[in-house]
Amino acid sequence: MLSCSVDSVFVHKMWNDHEISKMVNKNVPFPMLSDGGGEIGKMYGIYDEEGGVETRGRFIIDPDGNVQGFEVLTPPVGRNIAETIRQIQAFQLVRESEGTKATPAGWKPGKQVLEPGPDLVGKVWDVWKVEEAFK
Amino acid sequence: MPEEFKPGCQRPPVHKKKESVAPETQAVVEKPKEDMSMIKVGKPAPAFTAPAYHQGKFVNIDLEEYKGKWVLLCFYPGDFTFV
Repeated sequence: MLSCSVDSVFVHKMWNDHEISKMVNKNVPFPMLSDGGGEIGKMYGIYDEEGGVETRGRFIIDPDGNVQGFEVLTPPVGRNIAETIRQIQAFQLVRESEGTKATPAGWKPGKQVLEPGPDLVGKVWDVWKVEEAFK
Repeated sequence: MPEEFKPGCQRPPVHKKKESVAPETQAVVEKPKEDMSMIKVGKPAPAFTAPAYHQGKFVNIDLEEYKGKWVLLCFYPGDFTFV
């Protein structure tokens, strides 16, 4: 886990010491990156030139260094952490299966996975029910 | 009297006043295009190194060093904002 904003490392320390550590009763466990000037934010396409800040961009990067997923929100709306963790679990399952498995909509750990192949073509309706997406 | 403003979830922006813009800058109509194209899924994450605050220390973080691990990289508008 890496966090990143345009604030300096000194402000990161103050935020950790004076607010975040009081919220979670410990220090921030991951590195808080400082991207003054927004150079990293520009590379990732989430820098807001007008406000001079980084928007709420979230990137899942796999062990090979490839981006598997991202989400970008405007500042007033916070992220859904549980959904991010669910996505990481799904990407990890797919990777461990070496691409032989796929997770249908609404998948969570323990739920049904699909094994795409010739036999499954046109048969998803038979082995997977839409209600599963909402459970 | 300075005008009061309500703080939002990002740093309040600076507005340049028209008269303070130098004539030669006004002549430049097209800004040099920055490479801000959205990155693609399944493709390499842009490499970087950056200073960071981590557990009481100031350190340099190189994304390369995280090869072999899953990385969640989260950007946000700023420290001490509300969300």
